[in-house]
Amino acid sequence: MENFIRQKIKQIKKGDQAAFEEVVSFYQNKVYQICYRMLGNSHEAEDIAQEAFIRAYTNIHSFDDKRKFSTWIYRIATNLSIDRIRKKKPDYFLDAEVQGTEGLNMYSQLSADQPLPEEEVETLELQSYIQKQIQSLPEKYRSIITLRYVDDLSLQEISEILDMPIGTVKTRIHRGREALRKKLRDL
Amino acid sequence: MSCPNKYVEYMHKYLDKEITKEEEQVLKEHLMTCEDCQGHFHELKRTITLLQSTSNIQAPANFTRNVMASLPKEKKRISYQRWFKAHPIVTAAAIFFLLIFTSLSSMWNENEQLTVSKTEGIVIEGNTVIVPEGQVVQGDLLVKNGNLQIEGKVEGNVTLINGENLLASAGEVTGKIEEINQVFEWLWYHTKKTVGDLFTFTIKGF
Repeated sequence: MENFIRQKIKQIKKGDQAAFEEVVSFYQNKVYQICYRMLGNSHEAEDIAQEAFIRAYTNIHSFDDKRKFSTWIYRIATNLSIDRIRKKKPDYFLDAEVQGTEGLNMYSQLSADQPLPEEEVETLELQSYIQKQIQSLPEKYRSIITLRYVDDLSLQEISEILDMPIGTVKTRIHRGREALRKKLRDL
Repeated sequence: MSCPNKYVEYMHKYLDKEITKEEEQVLKEHLMTCEDCQGHFHELKRTITLLQSTSNIQAPANFTRNVMASLPKEKKRISYQRWFKAHPIVTAAAIFFLLIFTSLSSMWNENEQLTVSKTEGIVIEGNTVIVPEGQVVQGDLLVKNGNLQIEGKVEGNVTLINGENLLASAGEVTGKIEEINQVFEWLWYHTKKTVGDLFTFTIKGF
């Protein structure tokens, strides 16, 4: 498969746009999944995954043939997702005072009794429940957990994709896994 | 959990396939005796199974088609650039010719006023250069940006650059008559002249 993709990329570099179609259809599910896991929203995931492929196409000449294409496209998708998450950060804070009130903050606007995890499991599908738990992880753990289990990537590959020392990847995957273990324990 | 941290460390190493044989042995032996760690390990493995079992998320149906439809059309400029990079010698030659062309065309546009190569025995009336009747001009005659009217005789070649008309019917020209009205013709003339001069110079040099 690696050879097939390598050959397609050679054709794309020569200007054969149609060759890109097979590359997209080969990687679309993995790339979409990374974006979905990171963003937790199918609309945004589609948007960012599409953007990732377009970026890959327009920058195909900067892709080094000796490296794995999957690493490259996952890297683009992960970085675009992280950018989107950072832009999405709310510009209001829960503990800010609500205008026109005295001493009332946004916490008072939230419903006090959230359903217990067990109840939620009953109403939500397993898929979306797990997604919700991944979503609740800090971004730095979320990206690593996503990459580790989306395509069974090795720690070495994750370190290349995220441009991060392998030691950091190890620490974060341990912490992320522990955090998820606690969240999914009662499932 | 009262067990040393190293066991949890080994569990993660095991899950990332980074554990050594010895460490695996130590972990196995410990798990057989410690229920807490067994539970921990089981939960970790279950977490991973859950993650993997739900990781068959599919891209939307028309995803590939949408991507292909929104790809930018390859810009002409970019392909030119790539071509130039691939053919440096051709590019250098093209730039060289462009420079020559621009310098010559600027020379063409430079002097719009009437120029005559010699004034002896010639009458100039406004924009028209007249060789009067009975007058004999020795050697070549060159008129630029003006009309030429020959009533007498020119013993040599006549060149008219950017002139409106050549009225040589009444007169006589012994040499060639050349009329140049186009930039390209003028360029050709210039090139011929330069090459000719160069040859003369070389021959004289010998």
